[in-house]
Amino acid sequence: MANIGRSAVIVGVAESDEMGYLEGRKSDLQLHEEASYNALEDAGLKKSDVDAIFSAGNTLGLAEHMGIHPSFTDGTSVGGSSFVIHAGHALAAIAAGYCEVALVTHGAAGHSRRFFGGGGGEGGAADSPGAQFENPYGFIGAPINYAMACTRYMHEFGEQRCREAMSEVAVATRKWAALNPKALIHDPAAEIPLTMSFDEYHNSRWICWPFHLLDCCLVTDAGGAYIVTTPERAKDLKKPPVWILGAGEGHDHGMISQMPSLTSLIARETGPRAFQMAGVTHDDFDLALIYDSFTYTVMLTLESLGFCGRGEAADFLRGQRTAPGGDFPMNTAGGGLSYTHPGAYGMFLIIEAVRQLRGECGERQVPDCKLTFCHGTGGSLSSGGTVVLARD
Amino acid sequence: MTQQQRTTAKPIPMPTPETKFYWEKCQQHELWVRKCNECSQTYFYPRDICPNCFSRDTEWIQCSGKGTLHTFAVVVRPPHRAWMEDVPFVVAMVDIEEGCRIPTNLVEVDPDPSNPGETIRVGMPVEVVWDDRTDKITIPMFRPA
Repeated sequence: MANIGRSAVIVGVAESDEMGYLEGRKSDLQLHEEASYNALEDAGLKKSDVDAIFSAGNTLGLAEHMGIHPSFTDGTSVGGSSFVIHAGHALAAIAAGYCEVALVTHGAAGHSRRFFGGGGGEGGAADSPGAQFENPYGFIGAPINYAMACTRYMHEFGEQRCREAMSEVAVATRKWAALNPKALIHDPAAEIPLTMSFDEYHNSRWICWPFHLLDCCLVTDAGGAYIVTTPERAKDLKKPPVWILGAGEGHDHGMISQMPSLTSLIARETGPRAFQMAGVTHDDFDLALIYDSFTYTVMLTLESLGFCGRGEAADFLRGQRTAPGGDFPMNTAGGGLSYTHPGAYGMFLIIEAVRQLRGECGERQVPDCKLTFCHGTGGSLSSGGTVVLARD
Repeated sequence: MTQQQRTTAKPIPMPTPETKFYWEKCQQHELWVRKCNECSQTYFYPRDICPNCFSRDTEWIQCSGKGTLHTFAVVVRPPHRAWMEDVPFVVAMVDIEEGCRIPTNLVEVDPDPSNPGETIRVGMPVEVVWDDRTDKITIPMFRPA
């Protein structure tokens, strides 16, 4: 297979004008269009330059809303990882010559919908396998599904070790969030202490054992977007390009009860594919950006990607090495746990990666950040997407 | 969704052509799963063609109703208002004797969310019990055996 790494670059990233708990002030579409507008502005491009649109689902409605007539459209929707997977799809589409300026966009008033008269509920028809065989038992929502996977890990590798790894992620990620002015952690309504101790983690209330509240991601209102184009086109643009060096994607089930092993993610396949395309190995990265729907998701992703062996996350994470000042910086924006998470977080991994590679991150900037990766996990630990990104 | 539309009833499975037999047997308090005659694997949920080897040579087999607990979680915050009175309750997956894993609830236990290991452990033997949710739909649950 031809190696298409380095065929495309990310030239613009942005969030919506405001994000967090917006209490019904913005619709999904407003969050999409604000983020798209801001990302085009960041790139120095116009809406009329866009010839391809990528989002999780409704690209018809989105393109109509923003008056875009794309010649390439991709509504791949496989959960929160979708927006990481879109980077690989944009890379492929640009390498194949299908499009030149790709807009990848996300917007969801996840918080407002949940608390202000929204529907929520599980997707899928009333007679879908999930509706027949899982929902009647209360398998509804990510915390419950992911918690069952975590219990299995505790059985296989030890409850104490698992809890230790989860607590390291919980505490380290909040330290990063405290350095990000956009992180929801700064809003008292977030119910996350700005400086969080291990005791506060262990004492936080149960959502679904084995998950404490502080193991779980936020549900916010937020939009995000990024622009992918050709290296040639990038030469005239405002900001230095960020190269997409490699990408891998996959899924091995949909419903949690169909997951082949509750302690191994498809990242075991997507990571090596992306790293190989990029020609990099685990030790080369300056920064790791990993979808943190739950603390458990992060520790399992590190294992499945091969940063440590199965069952070794506790050893790998011990001593706050992923926190500010540690030797393995991870989730520097504060993650889905405490920065933002409108229901799908993949978009915000890419935004943070690009900002870190450009050196735009202020207090939380990783010094001389040249190479990073994003790994998104979506569905019920179902789908995975890995993307390797680098600056010149 | 408006207040009026919010339901307090737990979801009721809506059988499809390939699952109708399963739900009919549940109504008679019998647990049946599909088995592939080509690769000999049992699988759940029911579908006509084997998801392992894609053989069409598959059949229904009746299960003993016995198995072991593959994993569980103790739900404290209700996922839906229908479970408001039930928390804490236990969601679980069971490895049934016939060889496949099925989603369910573990019942007849007293789950302590701070220390569930007191009464519930992965690998414990369990057996099927039946929850007659309506006069047409019965769903299998499990209890410690």
